[in-house]
Amino acid sequence: MIEHQNISNRDIVLEIKDLHKSFGDNHVLNGFNMQLFQGENLVIMGKSGSGKSVMIKCLVGLLEADSGTITVMHNDITKLDQKALDILRADIGFLFQGSALYDSMTVRENLEFPLRRHTKKFGKDMDTEKLVIEALDNVGLISAIDLMPSELSGGMKRRVALARTLILQPKIILYDEPTSGLDPITAKEIIILMQDIQKKYGTSSLIITHDVDCARAISDRMILLIDGIDYAVGTYAELSTSTDSKIKAFFKH
Amino acid sequence: MLKLYSIKAQLNSFLIEIGELSFFTVRFFKEAFKRPFEFKELLRQCYNMGNRSLLLVGITGFIIGLVLTLQTRPTLMEFGAVSWIPSMVSISIVREIGPIITALVCAGRIGSGIGAELGSMRVTEQIDAMEVSGTNPFKYLVVTRVLAVTLMLPLLVIFGDVIALFGSFLVENIKGNVSFMLYFNQVFDALEFGDIIPATIKTFFFGLAIGLVGCFKGYYCEKGTEGVGKAANSAVVLASLLLFIIDFIAVFVTDIFYEL
Repeated sequence: MIEHQNISNRDIVLEIKDLHKSFGDNHVLNGFNMQLFQGENLVIMGKSGSGKSVMIKCLVGLLEADSGTITVMHNDITKLDQKALDILRADIGFLFQGSALYDSMTVRENLEFPLRRHTKKFGKDMDTEKLVIEALDNVGLISAIDLMPSELSGGMKRRVALARTLILQPKIILYDEPTSGLDPITAKEIIILMQDIQKKYGTSSLIITHDVDCARAISDRMILLIDGIDYAVGTYAELSTSTDSKIKAFFKH
Repeated sequence: MLKLYSIKAQLNSFLIEIGELSFFTVRFFKEAFKRPFEFKELLRQCYNMGNRSLLLVGITGFIIGLVLTLQTRPTLMEFGAVSWIPSMVSISIVREIGPIITALVCAGRIGSGIGAELGSMRVTEQIDAMEVSGTNPFKYLVVTRVLAVTLMLPLLVIFGDVIALFGSFLVENIKGNVSFMLYFNQVFDALEFGDIIPATIKTFFFGLAIGLVGCFKGYYCEKGTEGVGKAANSAVVLASLLLFIIDFIAVFVTDIFYEL
């Protein structure tokens, strides 16, 4: 097991300790640990069905962990009530694998939707139109403001979903397979966009992927999720040169 | 032995489903009275379900009224009781045929629509996205839809009844030369509050059943497009079955009150 030696001195914004989650006899997470530092891009890689998405859903309270602690900006989310969790969620952006845009709403309404429950964050003078336009401008899709999701391509949907994630100006962004299902050129555009957003807003990002190119381009640090645990932690350079057969399997092209 | 085991497993899963549906119903009533109230979405759903079902309910009602009159006319003529047609048709439509046929049509149109819509939202993670954005998806999606069907179904039934009676009048007018005034005078002479009130009350329960079953099937839809299809289909099947059970209970209860 590789341990990353150069742990940053920055604040920890997200921490998981000894996370366990099972579905019947299927033990998906068996004591997973991780730390995400302020302004860091942390990539978590694992095979399909290794529990990456389960872990990320536990992080935002979409799934309840069997045991372990999940601390997001000094709040243990396993102990928060619904109201406190909803307030905390305003600081966590979540980009879903399939974009998860609301089919029955236009792009504008999709972006306005998260604002309706978080008016306190922006105060009484919140200018919804300005926030929507700013978020769409960040992803270069102002022209699509009045389109329906069905009129958008896969890459455009992912951009709009990213704009929806950004509109609440989150401190942490969770990306669930941000490049899956996209052609290489569009995937590269999304990666560049993620880097730009990170630079512009200084957000901390947790990226779940099995796309090695994406991991290489964006990661400050990586965790390999194997057998439900944080099997290996390190930089891309460290992990990609590992001699461990389980780790090597991830970097074979 | 294998067959017995299969029957036992099916019964088991049916009872589990009924249990889950009961919990879902309890949650609906808890959430329905909690703030914040989603009035805008409720109105949108009322419009979608009510306005967009009008044509289907209208056509169905018209044909039911027409057919019922055409088929009973020859028999009543044999007994010289043609003048009883408006009374007979109005009572049967208002008490039973109107509510149950409209509810079945709505179970097909609205129930399956809700099941497919929520099922599709579940498999494409839209419901999760809603929850992550701080909106209670149960309140926003389920409560509004169930309330909308519960409120709209009685209105659709009344609309369907009126159209059915108009269809019946058309037959009587063409075949028996009965005037509009005469026909509807006889209709209102025959109808009592005892016919209209219980029939209307039970339509609220029909709407509640259609909404709850459609939302339940969609909200807990299994992954994949096959799951969406199953959710839509089973929403119609279970809702239709529940409609007949509710109808039986409603008739039974009404009968007790009449006896008293």
